[in-house]
Amino acid sequence: MIFFTSLRKEFLESLRRERLLIILSVFLVFGLTSPLLAKYTPEILKLLPETEAIASIIPEPTLLDSVNQFVKNISQFGFFLAILLTMGSVSQEKEKGTASMVLVKPLPRSVFLFSKFIALSLAFLISLLLTAVGAFYYSNLLFTTSDFSAWLWMAILLWLIITVYVALTLLFSTLFRSQPAAAGVSFGVMILFSLLGSLPTFEKYLPDRLSTWAINLFTGGGISGWIALLVSLGIIALSLLSAWLIFRKQELE
Amino acid sequence: MLAVQTKSLSKQYGDVHAVNQLNLQVPRGIIFGFLGRNGAGKTTTIRLLTGLAKPSSGSAWVADVPIRDHQALSWKIGYLPEEPAFYQWMTPYEFLDHIGRIFRISSKERKHRINDLLEIVNLKTAAKRRIKGFSRGMRQRLGLAQALINQPEVLFLDEPASALDPEGRRTVLNLILNLKIKHTVFMSTHILADAEEICDRLAIIDRGKLIVEDEKFELQKRYSMPILELACRPEDTGKFSETLYAFRDKPWVIDIQIEGTVAKIHVASKETAQETIFSAILQTQISLVRFEWVKPTLESIFLNLIGENHNK
Repeated sequence: MIFFTSLRKEFLESLRRERLLIILSVFLVFGLTSPLLAKYTPEILKLLPETEAIASIIPEPTLLDSVNQFVKNISQFGFFLAILLTMGSVSQEKEKGTASMVLVKPLPRSVFLFSKFIALSLAFLISLLLTAVGAFYYSNLLFTTSDFSAWLWMAILLWLIITVYVALTLLFSTLFRSQPAAAGVSFGVMILFSLLGSLPTFEKYLPDRLSTWAINLFTGGGISGWIALLVSLGIIALSLLSAWLIFRKQELE
Repeated sequence: MLAVQTKSLSKQYGDVHAVNQLNLQVPRGIIFGFLGRNGAGKTTTIRLLTGLAKPSSGSAWVADVPIRDHQALSWKIGYLPEEPAFYQWMTPYEFLDHIGRIFRISSKERKHRINDLLEIVNLKTAAKRRIKGFSRGMRQRLGLAQALINQPEVLFLDEPASALDPEGRRTVLNLILNLKIKHTVFMSTHILADAEEICDRLAIIDRGKLIVEDEKFELQKRYSMPILELACRPEDTGKFSETLYAFRDKPWVIDIQIEGTVAKIHVASKETAQETIFSAILQTQISLVRFEWVKPTLESIFLNLIGENHNK
């Protein structure tokens, strides 16, 4: 009950401060243009002077190009949005004093923290699912018919990677007083993951592996990422647990 | 039955003793004034008593609940910080509704209480406006309303009127004055006139240490240095000041101020002053138009006690 009170506030805030609208708009713009760009890039190149030679060697675009473009766009913008929209979630409330105003009441700190995580994660999930539905429609229109369940699972896998960054940034937002510090460390982790991901030894353990898995849902290439899935869930759980353990000991101004 | 009780309550930040061995006893149903200069330890004490900070040592109870039991404590108290912060994107109604939901107040009761509180704090007409554009006075009144929504046994107010204009201050003080019917009010302030006006019992804190705690009138009786105020006719001004200035070096005289026909003599011994000064005036045949002992202000008591503490 108390969790829904806190979640209700977070959702209301997502709507009033247009967080949901921002996520949805960015995803729709970059998600829906993915099939269009995949389809029409060679056509656009043909229209440019002296590029006939290049255009002629570009293979006929396929559904897979559209999916690749989609995964690349959504994960890149998803990471940035996850960090930027989460960085102030706890630190800003502590800094402004709203945290002490509500936490002096019978609102457990765990509820305060987890409702933020759930609200943000759900905002990303809703936006991703809607974008996936749109991209599925466009891809079917422009390329061959694809399996909707593959688009759905791809959206969920991408959502999991984004959620890893939501959880990590929430932890840093709890740990640090300033938003830039929380964002800076989160970006640092993002860079670290991408550097480690370039090494084959680590690649299969990292959250980014889920995007490879997502693409493979369309090719049937047999590459899965169960270990990466477990690692991602582990990072989320560990980040939330650490955030709570830190937050429950913090004194509020 | 005590509303607030602290036993050797201390809070240390590094080498700084923000609150040092504080022992307080606040009876129920009163307005308790917690006085001190800026940085004396008032806000830290309130943060300890509301569970927002943890004591380094000592213990305390609010409405019989130990402060370490934060969940149980939160049901019993209301808290208005010095600068209340709100979700700016909410309206006052929405904010109070959110707080009411946190206290698990039923929908019908919540609506009833919110409307009552908005009426009391005079924010009914602004109930559906975004908090973002609110003045300091409006925010303070909304802060008071949110602190009252759970009908707390003890209400903690940190400098509730310090940053307000005279009109806003008057409104908030009147609101607080009416609260003691149902609540115990624990109010910190550095504005002594406010405390003098509405508080029943006072404590003075300096550099984290309690200097004194007592009923307001007891303090006034116990700690005030008597001030004798005399006034003469304009034609006697010269003789009047000459006669009174002669007492300047007497050991029982602390200070003499003469402005025109009025003199204020701050003395250590009321009896000696009354006898000596009065007979001197009689001998010089000055016609007095006023001879009275002035009621000491809380400010003079405060300054004396703080001064003594610093001299220790």
